[in-house]
Amino acid sequence: MRQSEFLNIVTPFKDKLFRLAKRLLVSTEEAEDATQEILMKLWSNNEKIASYNNVEAFAMTMTKNYCLDRLKSKQAGNLKLVHSNYTDENTSLQRQIEVKDSLNWMTRILNTLPEQQRMVLQLRDVEQYEYDEIAEMLDMKPTAIRVALSRARKAVREELIKKHNYGIG
Amino acid sequence: MESVKNIEKLLERYLEAETTVAEEARLQEYFLQEDIPAHLESYRPMFQYFKVAKQERYTKEVPLKPGRNTSYYLRWVSVAAVAVLLVGVYFNQQPLTSSTDQFASLEEEYTPEEIESAQMALAMFSKNFNKGTEGVAYLKEFEKTTNKFLVNE
Repeated sequence: MRQSEFLNIVTPFKDKLFRLAKRLLVSTEEAEDATQEILMKLWSNNEKIASYNNVEAFAMTMTKNYCLDRLKSKQAGNLKLVHSNYTDENTSLQRQIEVKDSLNWMTRILNTLPEQQRMVLQLRDVEQYEYDEIAEMLDMKPTAIRVALSRARKAVREELIKKHNYGIG
Repeated sequence: MESVKNIEKLLERYLEAETTVAEEARLQEYFLQEDIPAHLESYRPMFQYFKVAKQERYTKEVPLKPGRNTSYYLRWVSVAAVAVLLVGVYFNQQPLTSSTDQFASLEEEYTPEEIESAQMALAMFSKNFNKGTEGVAYLKEFEKTTNKFLVNE
């Protein structure tokens, strides 16, 4: 497979890989590294890619596994925990928008959710995947996905209502 | 626009994860507009956030080292190139050694006397050279015998 063919396959969903990685790893830099790693792994297996019926789902699963591994090793080695109070100086458009208070608050709320709920919420409410697609990516049953999603949405809402009431009171 | 009642119903189902992707898109659209009833205001950041979050891009270059495919291909091309080179060298040398062009040109360039004198000079050179080698042979014999003495001692 040529590079251009590979890029044609990968380009439509590489942003989704990055966003999932960022949802899990929080820091932009680590998410970029993770995305790069995944794309390189895909490229080195590029002969097999043609035989996968859903490259996107496969890549999402790889990203999920890679990020969960990273998080595990992060918990093992304390040194890396420095990143938990991560701030970056990157003044991309994205950042400027995120500075808006309520959105910033949302990011913080989402980062308190368990990883599984974070992933489900990311894949459904941000990326708008159907349940069976998410089921394939996360290797979960659709009913389990609905349960996790419902919990995640309710948790976010609870926090937002709390915050909203503080704002008024 | 959607009625508040509809939205409330949708939200309820949304929280139970029973809405479809299309219905969730309707909710998002609703919460992106300006005026929202106060009791629904707290949902706004949620749907706004989802929209903004989706705009984030992976801006780095996709890093592609030449894949295994290409390097495999290149390896065989280099092998083929070396083979072609060797064949070329071999066939180019053949005519040089087998043809009589060289001798013809020699006779064209020099007069018979010149060639004869050159041959004489070469013959003399080889004669003397042979003498020298005979001398060296003696020297070798000498060395052999001295070695014998050295070993015997």
